[in-house]
Amino acid sequence: MGALFEEASRFFTYYNLIFLGQAFAYTALLSLVGCLAGFCFGFGLALVRNRHIVSFAPARYAAVLFVELFRRIPFLVLLMVVFFGFQLAGFDASMFTVAATTVALSAAAFSAENIRAGLESVHVNQWEAAEAMNMGGLAALRRVVLPQAWRVIIPPSMTYAVGLVKNTSIASQIGVLELTYAAKILNQKGFSAAMCFGTILILYFVLCYSLNAFAAAMERRLAAPRHR
Amino acid sequence: MSYTLQFGQVTPYLGYLAGGAWLALQIAAIAFAVGWIIGLFCASVLHYGPRWARLPIRAYVVFFLNTPLLVQIFFIYFALPDWGLVLESYTAVAIGMALNAGAYMTEIQRAGFNSIRREEVEAAETLGFTRIQSIRYVILPHIARVLYPPLSNQYIILTMTTSIAAIFGVEELTGRAYNINAQTFRSLEVFSIAAVYYIALTLIASAVLYIVGRTVFRIKGSVF
Repeated sequence: MGALFEEASRFFTYYNLIFLGQAFAYTALLSLVGCLAGFCFGFGLALVRNRHIVSFAPARYAAVLFVELFRRIPFLVLLMVVFFGFQLAGFDASMFTVAATTVALSAAAFSAENIRAGLESVHVNQWEAAEAMNMGGLAALRRVVLPQAWRVIIPPSMTYAVGLVKNTSIASQIGVLELTYAAKILNQKGFSAAMCFGTILILYFVLCYSLNAFAAAMERRLAAPRHR
Repeated sequence: MSYTLQFGQVTPYLGYLAGGAWLALQIAAIAFAVGWIIGLFCASVLHYGPRWARLPIRAYVVFFLNTPLLVQIFFIYFALPDWGLVLESYTAVAIGMALNAGAYMTEIQRAGFNSIRREEVEAAETLGFTRIQSIRYVILPHIARVLYPPLSNQYIILTMTTSIAAIFGVEELTGRAYNINAQTFRSLEVFSIAAVYYIALTLIASAVLYIVGRTVFRIKGSVF
């Protein structure tokens, strides 16, 4: 334990702190971009899957198939498929693009499920009432269903987003310079593994814990007021 | 640039990959079993235990829920040898996954304990049940039905998580896919086949868990 304290003075230098700070920002950026893209994609999937909006059954089945398949592929394997897929398709994609695409694909499959559950939480009578008032599928969605469904969609999506932040650590495998890869580099420079990985464990904890606390606060605020 | 997919070069390795899938299932089963026991212990302490014992357990759960599994295993595998604890990669991965799963299963089982109503226990007492009887006939059947869906969900997630073991050189499904990739350079084919294996594994697990849930615990609705 004493050795760790002695090492800390060598470890927390200006340059190492900048290095870790950048890696931290990179992890946050990768999660943010991936989650936003994935959420939009997942939203599209959930809409295609909804029979009030899309009446063409094969399109609905295709959306179901996509969700069912992609959420059963581990992040690491998906990362490799996307990585080699980009390479073989001839795109000169940056490692960030590869990692963000993987996060987005994985997020899409899972958030599509959350969003579907949210949309289904609104009673079917609401759709029918909107239809009776001559609203089309999209108008009913925007004016009637979504305002009620958001409360159900947002909390689990936030929780899942925190899970994705943790999954981005796997992107270190293809050399994206986020927190985990930064720790590996510092470790190879001769700092002890306990120091490097301990530090990023704390950094990840700070990021995920605050996001979770934010999600919990949001959930309390959004909780449907039952007795008005 | 054009690339022709050549699945033919990978087909001789399908059996080898299946062996990896079997290993993945074993790791998942170990992590699940150990994690379940950890979770049961921690959840009971959180629910029934003394106040001083709750704090360290809450710290354990909160810490493991908010940090990535990969980095936890990195720490176990690379940092513990500094203190004289050298672990094989397989063991390090299994321990990391079990500790991580334990934190999740503490949360799940705590919710299960919270779902028992005082009235149920009181009703059992009124009917003259002993403490053991009320646990056996009232609390357990109730808890099992509440916990079965989230716990089976957890098992499926663990099956997918085992792929992380490949990073530490364990030759399970993903690790073997890396090996085949190194031999044939048919990267996209190998990893898509590995993905199909994972899809098949989790679909089979879902189906089995669904049938068991239906027949043993009489749970309606789907699992995962």
